[in-house]
Amino acid sequence: MNTELTFRKVFGRPETLTDAVTHYCPGCGHSIAHRLVAECIDEFGLREKTIAVPPVGCAVLAYDYFKVDMIEAPHGRGLAVATGIKRVQPDKFVFTYQGDGDLAAIGTAETIHAANRGEKLTTIYINNGIYGMTGGQMAPTTLIGMKATTAPMGRDPRLHGYPLDISRMIALCEGVVYVERCSLASVKHIKQAKKAIRKAFQCQLDELGYALVELLSPCPTNWKMSSRDAWDWTNTEMTKTYPLGVLKDTTGYEAKK
Amino acid sequence: MPNERMLMRGSQVVGEAAVRAGCRFYAGYPITPQNELPEYLASRMFEVGGTFIQGESELASINMTLGAAASGVRTMTSSASQGISLKQEAISFMCGQELPVVIVNMMRGGPGLGNIGPSGGDYFQATRGGGNGDYRTPVLAGANCQELVDITFLAFDIADKYRTPVILLGDGLIGQVAEPVVFPDFINIEKLPKKDWKLDGCLGREARAIHSQILDAQALYDHNMHLKKKYDLITANEQRWEEISTEDAEVVVVAYGTPARLAESAIEELRSEGMPVGLFRPITLWPYPLKPLRELSKRVKKIAVFEFSLGQMLEDVILSVGERAEIFFYGVPGGVITTPDDVAQFLRSINKGDAKIGLRIEV
Repeated sequence: MNTELTFRKVFGRPETLTDAVTHYCPGCGHSIAHRLVAECIDEFGLREKTIAVPPVGCAVLAYDYFKVDMIEAPHGRGLAVATGIKRVQPDKFVFTYQGDGDLAAIGTAETIHAANRGEKLTTIYINNGIYGMTGGQMAPTTLIGMKATTAPMGRDPRLHGYPLDISRMIALCEGVVYVERCSLASVKHIKQAKKAIRKAFQCQLDELGYALVELLSPCPTNWKMSSRDAWDWTNTEMTKTYPLGVLKDTTGYEAKK
Repeated sequence: MPNERMLMRGSQVVGEAAVRAGCRFYAGYPITPQNELPEYLASRMFEVGGTFIQGESELASINMTLGAAASGVRTMTSSASQGISLKQEAISFMCGQELPVVIVNMMRGGPGLGNIGPSGGDYFQATRGGGNGDYRTPVLAGANCQELVDITFLAFDIADKYRTPVILLGDGLIGQVAEPVVFPDFINIEKLPKKDWKLDGCLGREARAIHSQILDAQALYDHNMHLKKKYDLITANEQRWEEISTEDAEVVVVAYGTPARLAESAIEELRSEGMPVGLFRPITLWPYPLKPLRELSKRVKKIAVFEFSLGQMLEDVILSVGERAEIFFYGVPGGVITTPDDVAQFLRSINKGDAKIGLRIEV
């Protein structure tokens, strides 16, 4: 009888991620999103040709977690900074990682216009419907009735306007080739999110145009829920305002298969 | 064809000089009176294989140059006054991130929308830092189109040497006036010092990040002290000024940019009348040529400050001169075009001591 044990590695940290302990709260979607992005960078072999632009917000310290070149952009200006990088270095892989405050409030103009110019960039858009780092203020994406520290009675459209579905606005722009909305709040959804991120990366590698993946992401801390409840709430409540699925796809990838 | 005399407007001169100085990325947003610059570069950048982008705003444009600067290319943006106000956020970031970029401001009348006439109203904004935090930006001002060529080359060199944003401060007059200029040859971009800090993907090295956020108090303190050292070095090395007819002068006009040019004409006229007048013209507004002006003030009786604003550079003159000479001030607010004759009247008034034009400043 052979008593020697053999080991085979079936799971590990992506090469693109550092071994730092993240500052993200338990149940937060950022660490999952980071991992998915890092896995895709590894799978495409892009680590040494990537320049990433993290946001201002909870993921502002992303450069501590990714082993790729990164540059901080002022709040909301990520896609303008990324435009400058990609135009100077068209052979590099350039992506922005932005939250809903960054991308859909203070950076709306930079976002829409970079998309409309069809910049060959990829955006990972984290939508948790709230300002996380600053402590739970109302976001442009906050759901109607949802409470925030600056909307203590809950979002009232008569006072605060409506949740902004910026991904749909982006999908209307000619320069955009692919927009998909996914969720990070179940294993099944995480797998779909990974597929979407891969496809969005492929759009840039094939120089097709702008691509964005929106990820509905739980924020248990500021939603004041348990991680379990926050995951459920993401998939049952958030998806009513932000239905999952492909919002635009002119890549023709599926047809080619 | 290098070295040929060409007739060009000031804004176009800056554009051509930038291209010859190796600038290969420009982003800007239209605003009068500097539109000739982006219009010139829209085709010129294409000809030299660079990138021109008309951004959706001044904010977007300067952040595009931020990305380009981090990529290691010589880069420039431009605007006028209120557009420069919008760029302050990124200027502060780029000072913290130590990114080299040249920012052109063809000043117009303010505050707010003001008008499109020439102005010196953004002197404080440029020299004191219009954005947040403890930073400085070198500021260069030329008085004619040929000098714009020189200071544009200089601006890119200073930006790269010290890894800092540099402001080229002109106004609606110098930006629009057409003069004959001669350009030097194109620099060899390949021969510029390598930027070993740039972001180009981490092939064969550790990944790196460029950021101004430093949460650790001691680390932020160290970073600010590092910047301070750099600013001290710039102050020691980069002061530039010009003196005209100061050797025997009893009254010296202190003026920069377009006002200096008006003053120069006035001085010629007054010299022909026998009045011993000279000109001290700062070319770097930060670092301000404080010591040279201080030395000069020890041997002249009267210092006459003339600017297109109501007492901004005056503060630097007071800091330089103190009580060593009498200081007189004549300020014209932005958006109004004055003549050499106005300046001559001011200087005659000082000479007579009738104080009809201008103010005697009590220090």
